[in-house]
Amino acid sequence: MGQTLTIALSKGRILEDTLPLLASAGIEPAEDPDASRRLVLPTNRAEVQLVIVRATDVPTYVAHGGADLGVAGKDTLLEHGGAGLYEPLDLGIARCRLMVAGYPGTTERLRRPRVATKFVNISRRYFAEQGRQAELIKLYGSMELAPIVGLADLIVDLVDTGNTLRANGLEPLATIAPISARLVVNRAAMKMKHRLIEPVTRALGEAVNERDRSTVE
Amino acid sequence: MSDNFVTDTRWLLPDGVDEVLPPQAGALEALRRQVLGLYDSWGYDLVMPPTIEYLDALLTGVARDLDVQTFKLTDQVSGRLMGVRADMTPQAARIDAHQLRRDCPVRLCYTGTVLQTRPEGPATSRNPLQVGAELYGHTGIESDIEIIALMIETLRRADVSEPHLDLGHVGIFRGLAEQAQLDAATESRLWEALQRKAASEVDELLAEVDVAEPARHMLSSLALLSGGTEVLAEAASRLADADEPVRRALAELNAIADALRAWLPDVAIHFDLAELRGYQYHTGVVFAAFVPGYGEEIARGGRYDDIGRVFGRGRPATGFSCDLKTLFNRSEREITSPAAIAAPWQHDADLSRYVGELRQTGERVIWLLPGHEHELAAMGCDRRLVCRTDGWTIEAIEG
Repeated sequence: MGQTLTIALSKGRILEDTLPLLASAGIEPAEDPDASRRLVLPTNRAEVQLVIVRATDVPTYVAHGGADLGVAGKDTLLEHGGAGLYEPLDLGIARCRLMVAGYPGTTERLRRPRVATKFVNISRRYFAEQGRQAELIKLYGSMELAPIVGLADLIVDLVDTGNTLRANGLEPLATIAPISARLVVNRAAMKMKHRLIEPVTRALGEAVNERDRSTVE
Repeated sequence: MSDNFVTDTRWLLPDGVDEVLPPQAGALEALRRQVLGLYDSWGYDLVMPPTIEYLDALLTGVARDLDVQTFKLTDQVSGRLMGVRADMTPQAARIDAHQLRRDCPVRLCYTGTVLQTRPEGPATSRNPLQVGAELYGHTGIESDIEIIALMIETLRRADVSEPHLDLGHVGIFRGLAEQAQLDAATESRLWEALQRKAASEVDELLAEVDVAEPARHMLSSLALLSGGTEVLAEAASRLADADEPVRRALAELNAIADALRAWLPDVAIHFDLAELRGYQYHTGVVFAAFVPGYGEEIARGGRYDDIGRVFGRGRPATGFSCDLKTLFNRSEREITSPAAIAAPWQHDADLSRYVGELRQTGERVIWLLPGHEHELAAMGCDRRLVCRTDGWTIEAIEG
C-alpha cells in the first residue's frame, strides 16, 4: 500500500490563506471546503486528503497522528503546548500579536493583576517571567468586556488592528509574542513519510518566500 | 448532580490507567514470555528491580522530566522520600554499577509496570508495561548495533508490521554547541527550538546571541538534516568545519548505519541529526522505532555512558525499552480464547488421572461445578469428557 498524507486545516482565515500556498505546492481540494459539509476532503492528488477541524484542535490531531501535517496558529501551539510536534515552517499567514491590554497605565501599578484571557498558560508564564503572579480568569470570548465591568484589570488576547480595544476604551500595553500560523508535522510521520512530506514542506517554503518577496517589492 | 445520573462511579479507573482483561491478558503474557525468551537467547540476564525505591537513586543522572513523571511518597521507616519507578532504566544501571560490579560486558533485561504522573503522549497509558534490554561495559558502536538489532527483533517477535528505524547522535549538537561556546541558557533554548525543527526560530536565536561562523551555519543546518541516507552525505559537507567530536559522532553514525544495513536489510532507516530526546543523559547514538499508523515512537533508546558514576562506578551503557502493551496493541497476531475441555464433577480415580494427564499435555480442563452444567459454551468449552464403556473419552460438544 502506498503512503498517504493527511493535512489538518481549520476553517476561516487560516484555510483561506493556506489554500493558495497548498496550490503552489500542487495540492488543491477536490471541492470547495467552505461550501462542503464534509470533514474529510479529497484533493487533486490521490494520496493527499484534507481534514477540517477546529483551530485549537489542530495540534491535538497532528500530535496524535490523526493528521500528518497541519496548520496551527502559534498562539494555539504556545497555549496547548506544541510538545511532540515539529514546526518546520512559519507560513507567515494569519498574522497578529498576542498582547496584554487594559485601561491606559494599568499594567504598572498592579502587583497581582486579575487577568481575563483564554490563554491562561501563556499568561501565567508571561507574568511569572516578570516576577508577578497574575490571578487568571478564563473566558472564551469578548475579553474586552472584562475590564469594563470590573471583572479583570487586564486582558491577554490576540490583537490584529486594535480597533476593538480602542472602541472599548482600552489600549494595548505590551506585546507577549508575534503570532502567525505554522506548519506542524507529526514526529512519526516526519520520519516514516519524509519522501512525501519533504517536497510539500519545501514547496510551501518556496511559496512563502515568493509571496514575501512580491509583497516587499 | 441529578438523580438520573449513576452516582456510583467507584468502578472507574483513573485517567490514563488501564487494565488488561481476557483473552488479551493471556496473549499479552504470552508475548511477555516470548520477548523475555528472546532476550535470554541473546544472553541478557533478567533483573527484577523493586517497584519503589528512594527517590535519589531513581533520579540521579537522569533527565529532569523523569522527576516530574515520578509519583512520590514519604517512607515511614526512614523518613526519606521514595519514588514509584517511572522508568526502569536507571534501576538497571544502578544494579549494574553497584550490585553486580562485574568488569566484563553485562547484558541485563527487565520487565514490569512503571507508573507515570502524566501520560507521555495523547491517549497513552500512565501505567505502561515496560520491557527493555541494556548492555553495559562496552564503548564501541558494536554494542549499539547489537541493541538496535535486538530492539527491531523485539518488534518482529510481537508481529508489529514494518518497523522504521530513526537514528540520531546527540554528540553532534553537543559538539557544535561547545564549538560555538554557547552558555547553558542559550543551549537549552536552541535545543528546545531544534526539538521542534523550528528552523526560523533557530536562525533568529543564533542571530540574537551573535554566534560566530562557522558554528552558526552548522547549528542552523541541523534542523534540516533529517531524511534518508542522503542526509549523512549532506551532513558531511555541511558540517565539514566542525571540531573533532562532531566529526567523530558523524563517523560513528555512518558506521552504525552501514552495519545495520547488513543486519537489518529490510528495515527503512531514517536519519535525524536534530533528534535530541533525552539529551540530558544520552551521550552518543540515539534511536527509535516507528510503525505505520502510530503517531509516536513505539520503542526507543540510546547510549548513555557514565550514568553509573553516581552509584560509584561509571560504565559505558546502551539500551532500549518500550511499552509491551503498546506493542501488543499494534501487533497483528490473532487473539483467540483457549478452548477448554469440560470434566463432570465426579469422584472417579480414572477421571482424575485422565484430567491430570490432559493438563500435563497443555490442555485446559475445567471441572463442571454442580448447577452450571449447561453453561459449557459460556465457559469456553468446546469438548467434554464422557464415560463410555471403554472408559473416559473426549467428545466434541454439538452446536
